[in-house]
Amino acid sequence: MEYFLQQLINGIALGSIYGLIAIGYTMVYGIIGMINFAHGDIYMVGAYIALISFLVLMSIGLTAIPVALLIVLLIAMGVTALYGWTVERLAYRPLRHSYRLAPLISAIGMSILLQNFVQVAQGARVKPLPPLIEGNYTLLSSDSFNVQLSNVQIIIVLTTIVLMTVFSWIIAKTRLGRDMRACEQDLGMASLLGVDVNRTISLTFVIGAALAAVAGVMYLLYYGVADFFIGFVAGIKAFTAAVLGGIGSLPGAMLGGLLIGLIETFWSAYFSIEYKDVAAFSILIVVLIFLPTGILGRPEVEKV
Amino acid sequence: MRNDAAAHPPSRFASSLGAAIKSAVLAGLVAFGLFSLMIGFYTDRGPTGGLIVTERFESLTIIVAVVAAGAFLRTLLLGDRQISFGPGLSPGWQLRLKRFGGLVAPLLLGFACLVPVIFYDNRYLLDLSILILTYVMLGWGLNIVVGLAGLLDLGYVAFYAVGAYSYALLAQNFGLSFWICLPLAGILAAFWGILLGFPVLRLRGDYLAIVTLAFGEIIRLVLLNWQDFTGGPNGISGIPRPSFFGLPFTADEDGFAATFGLEFSPTHRLVFLFYLILALALLTSWVTRRLRRLPVGRAWEALREDEIACRALGINTTNVKLSAFATGAMFGGFAGSFFATRQGFISPESFTFSESAMILAIVVLGGMGSQIGVAIAAIVMLGGFELFREFEQYRMIVFGAAMVAIMIWRPRGIVTAREPSVTLQGRPAAIVADTVQDTAA
Repeated sequence: MEYFLQQLINGIALGSIYGLIAIGYTMVYGIIGMINFAHGDIYMVGAYIALISFLVLMSIGLTAIPVALLIVLLIAMGVTALYGWTVERLAYRPLRHSYRLAPLISAIGMSILLQNFVQVAQGARVKPLPPLIEGNYTLLSSDSFNVQLSNVQIIIVLTTIVLMTVFSWIIAKTRLGRDMRACEQDLGMASLLGVDVNRTISLTFVIGAALAAVAGVMYLLYYGVADFFIGFVAGIKAFTAAVLGGIGSLPGAMLGGLLIGLIETFWSAYFSIEYKDVAAFSILIVVLIFLPTGILGRPEVEKV
Repeated sequence: MRNDAAAHPPSRFASSLGAAIKSAVLAGLVAFGLFSLMIGFYTDRGPTGGLIVTERFESLTIIVAVVAAGAFLRTLLLGDRQISFGPGLSPGWQLRLKRFGGLVAPLLLGFACLVPVIFYDNRYLLDLSILILTYVMLGWGLNIVVGLAGLLDLGYVAFYAVGAYSYALLAQNFGLSFWICLPLAGILAAFWGILLGFPVLRLRGDYLAIVTLAFGEIIRLVLLNWQDFTGGPNGISGIPRPSFFGLPFTADEDGFAATFGLEFSPTHRLVFLFYLILALALLTSWVTRRLRRLPVGRAWEALREDEIACRALGINTTNVKLSAFATGAMFGGFAGSFFATRQGFISPESFTFSESAMILAIVVLGGMGSQIGVAIAAIVMLGGFELFREFEQYRMIVFGAAMVAIMIWRPRGIVTAREPSVTLQGRPAAIVADTVQDTAA
């Protein structure tokens, strides 16, 4: 029981990270119907930006950890958003009217480019960071096992909840959110009615990248390492989360993220840690075959 | 960047200069934002083991300046115009290219046949050409799936792996020879293609792509973790080398050299491997070209152009897709068992996603559906990789950027070959021109 509870906590923390990345996939897919294959690498860039800006802040003498972390979070969101914007502008916008697979192939190219750019710019070695947020609470305790809730986990879940609230508010109440929903329903019609489609799509990428950057910062705090390869697997898992929740649906992305996080954690805890990625990928396949619209998604009608 | 050059013709240069400066400043700012942390600082382990950060402002300045200068020149020279080579070439050029292609293919083939004769003493070049031919074969195999049937397969390397491991395991556990294992490996890979393809092939294009990627990763992870069966991360070593119809390439009395009264030389085996992969690749090419003329091949191409129309015409799309998937997988399996026998050692390391991406890039850059394009792309890409060996770190960046650039400028690949396999007699040119236009453009 204690063991189960501990895994539940770990799974929710991990799932929050996946959920934040999944939102980027689901938004882009909802609006322009492409799989942004480079999104996982945007998340990796976010983690690196956070790492570097943290070290720079430390080296100029800003050692108050909470303040530094807040600044790091803002810098990472800003710079990563710029990456998201640039990627869309350079690699996807010229292809908007090309055939269907062209943006996907371009995105694969972009993913390779980003991964190797980071590898060249920052070296291939794993970057370890000492734990920045320490301390934890013991929730339950038996003779053999303590259930612990660490401060990092609390911060991850709280940040995710806050961001999700803000984000849902943007989608539901603001002008930008209305434009995005309009674009999601019908790109052509939205542009006829005066929605600046290019701007809306750009901002979609910007928001998605900023959320991925938060996920990157959380990953860095949680695991304390970054390397240039984390984006690939996390990207596929977050995409799985988006599909599981129903692609195009924002609550679905969060739900899917949590489910994937929980499944992965429980699988590692009770079955085998070596096959945890196999479990996640198998879920993707099973979901796409038996439940292609996901849990909260709408069925898609194929138009001629 | 809406410049009013057209409204004021006299000040055209001045206004485009202004626009160029503006775009240079903007691009410079964006580049500064992107690179200030990533390139301006370098993190590395310090003497105490913790990370320390060092500055690299010179590199940052150079890169920002280069980006700004690039944006300046681009706006000054091109204005708002997009660089574009159009969706396809004009019919006249198509015809000329076709004639040229008809000339290049036999020349290239002739040259390929003579490579071991010309470069007999150059082990390095022989090795490289064997590698290139392996990729040509893989490219042609994937071309069936991606180029002809229009199914984006991101996990093609899985079938390559199945072929390689089938040969390695069959040869080691049962002592079967290469020539028995080769068809078996192909059949096994095709079987896996059907097994994996059957449930997922009704998915739409991009979902299919991600699912094949997941399959590729699953197979690699299973190979990595199933220690008892596959040797795990250590792989399988000591895979039997191929023999010349039973004659091994050794210095023994019953070896190849002694039987034919030649002096023993390790190059014999290389030459044999070269002709082996050349034959396998040509087999792939020949089968593909024959299949294109059969109803199933026609159905593949029809499927690529319009799936809904295919269904309306009563084509069983699942079966057609499955046949393309299985055929492509089979050739991947052949190439895999060749890889295993050439290397003598295989491990999951060789079958990562980047390998799939590489093969896909060869097909995409070469022009989906065009065999000669794929061959040229493989030569250019692997040759380029060898030439720029010192710049190993940078070549993957260039590789990624090239994929993006090709998609933007020539979305159907450098050599587009969407000419139909059949045309109505009499006015072929007009029909070619109609069909080649991009439907989506």
